Amino acid sequence: MKIIDIQEIDNLISLLREMNYLVVGPTIQNGAIIYSQITTSKDLPIGYTDDQSPGRYRLIKDKKESYFNYVVGPQSWKKFLYPAIQKLYTAYFKNNKLEIEREENPTTKYAFIGVRSCEINAIEIQDRIFFGGEYQNSRYKGLRKNCFIVAVNCSKANSNCFCTSMNTGPEVKSGFDLVLTEVINNSHHFFLIDSGSEKGEEVLSKLNTREPDKESLELGNKVIEETKKQITKQLETEDLKDILLRSLESPVYDEVSKRCLACGNCTMVCPTCFCMTVEDYTDFFKTKAERIQKWDSCFTLEYSYIHGGSVRVTTGSRYRQWLTHKLASWHEQFGTSGCVGCGRCITWCPVGIDITEEATKVRRIAEFQTTSMEEI
Amino acid sequence: MDVMVPNTFKVQKFIKETHDTFTIELKSLETKNGFTFEPGQFNMIYIFGIGEIPISISGDPNKSGILVHTTRAVGTVTKEMAKLKKDDIVGIRGPFGRPWPIKEAIGSDVLLVAGGIGLAPLRPVIYHLLSNREYYGRIILLYGARTPQDILYRKELEKLRSRLDIDIIVTVDRAVKNWTGNVGVVTTLIPRAPFDPINTIAMICGPEIMMRYTIVELLKRGLSKENIYVSMERNMKCGVGFCGHCQYGTEFICKDGPVFSFKEIEHLFGKREI
Repeated sequence: MKIIDIQEIDNLISLLREMNYLVVGPTIQNGAIIYSQITTSKDLPIGYTDDQSPGRYRLIKDKKESYFNYVVGPQSWKKFLYPAIQKLYTAYFKNNKLEIEREENPTTKYAFIGVRSCEINAIEIQDRIFFGGEYQNSRYKGLRKNCFIVAVNCSKANSNCFCTSMNTGPEVKSGFDLVLTEVINNSHHFFLIDSGSEKGEEVLSKLNTREPDKESLELGNKVIEETKKQITKQLETEDLKDILLRSLESPVYDEVSKRCLACGNCTMVCPTCFCMTVEDYTDFFKTKAERIQKWDSCFTLEYSYIHGGSVRVTTGSRYRQWLTHKLASWHEQFGTSGCVGCGRCITWCPVGIDITEEATKVRRIAEFQTTSMEEI
Repeated sequence: MDVMVPNTFKVQKFIKETHDTFTIELKSLETKNGFTFEPGQFNMIYIFGIGEIPISISGDPNKSGILVHTTRAVGTVTKEMAKLKKDDIVGIRGPFGRPWPIKEAIGSDVLLVAGGIGLAPLRPVIYHLLSNREYYGRIILLYGARTPQDILYRKELEKLRSRLDIDIIVTVDRAVKNWTGNVGVVTTLIPRAPFDPINTIAMICGPEIMMRYTIVELLKRGLSKENIYVSMERNMKCGVGFCGHCQYGTEFICKDGPVFSFKEIEHLFGKREI
């Protein structure tokens, strides 16, 4: 563990740029924290924080000149590693000959600055999906293996955070190259910095660092402890998978369908959602077609369409698909939960539907049914 | 190799089966090694500029030189496929999916129950069973079509019926003049079908409702849940578990299926909108 002064962030950005990384970090765009290319620390949301609750997100002035004192915004790092729109190949059709030209893999080297613990967990979940099984997504794998992660320990939580329930935060424990803890205390403003990989160590050795004293280390720990205390939302995960899979016909889903707009926002902001669809874009003369892969959402009718109609017609069945996939099926499919407790789906739901509340309702009804059956 | 990029195949033959079904025979343009698959597997078929869909393989698994698909012209892609002719080119990705339990069925009676186009994914099983006839007990095919005009592979079925080592019973929902065969849904054939319930593997393919009632009848005859297999169908965009569309409870139909034993999916089967 070392200490760097806040000015050293600019050095870090320059170093990474010199190493041919495309440096991406938090910026302010359209009234939200958006991950975008940054060239200096001035691009960071200095002095801003956010206020989030179900269906509500506001960027507000922070009381201090903080660099990273906000909670996750609408977009996740998924948009870089697994872009929303990707070309798979171009098909050429001429003289009754079909030629298929695979689109080259992207080779961008990304350096992500400001990655939170829940987000590292989300990236590691997507790793399992895209290269943990028999089939490999080499586009994703290539970008992922190239990327450099500068994590940040959260210095605040909002009312939608529940990473402590999902065992994914707020403290960054692994999966990073460098990790920062921002300490603002009276006249002090510095970062504790540590490396988590050889690549990280190499970068760290080039920064102007100093050894931390005991007090600084304590201040760093306090940041994490204070954040933990701010997390009030909880999801009881014990036996949740089995309860959800047993309760597919729970009345909760019917009730949710009265509020859910089936807009798919939750799936777009979710850092682990991976569903996609594929479309052909043909030219005017039908000689060339580009095969495009796009993010898709299980909330659309088209998603489950087979001859004769869609399988999931009611909104309740689509919500059930999403919730049970995240919190239950995912375990069977990928050996982990599909939820990291980042709270994005709650914040960005236009009507503020809360996955933790709905899952808890399913649990309570299931438990009530079990106990009343026992009593009978 | 990118699993999302198809290989090109040339249409060797286009066969019109019934008024709305057809078969295409394809040959690879890229390899001379042929195309090997196991009965029950499917391919993603790409039609230039239109799209890509999953279709089960209907040919003989012993003949790797030719790839055979039978389908019904019902959606955007299949309607375009119905216009294919000799020498046209399509893209193929596959084969994907878990096959029918042909190994598990060794030593048992094998009961095949097909409804409509559901016969197409079972045809490779018939070829396999007949070319390895000594490994299996009785072989019974129960096949239900809407009308006599809708009977798929009719000439082939008639020829097979002349064999003494396979029982083929066909029924139609609606008879027309000159039809002297069975009338009624395929499930009505099960109570008197000649198989030994305690030593039979059943493979069912057809509309979900048909499969559901077939299972009811098979359970009544005393078949165990683990010996009843069905082939499931859902929307698919990739075939390899990346697109999410084919999820059925915890299963991906593309890679965990499409063939499942009834025991594996009993808790989902018949539930609405899963």
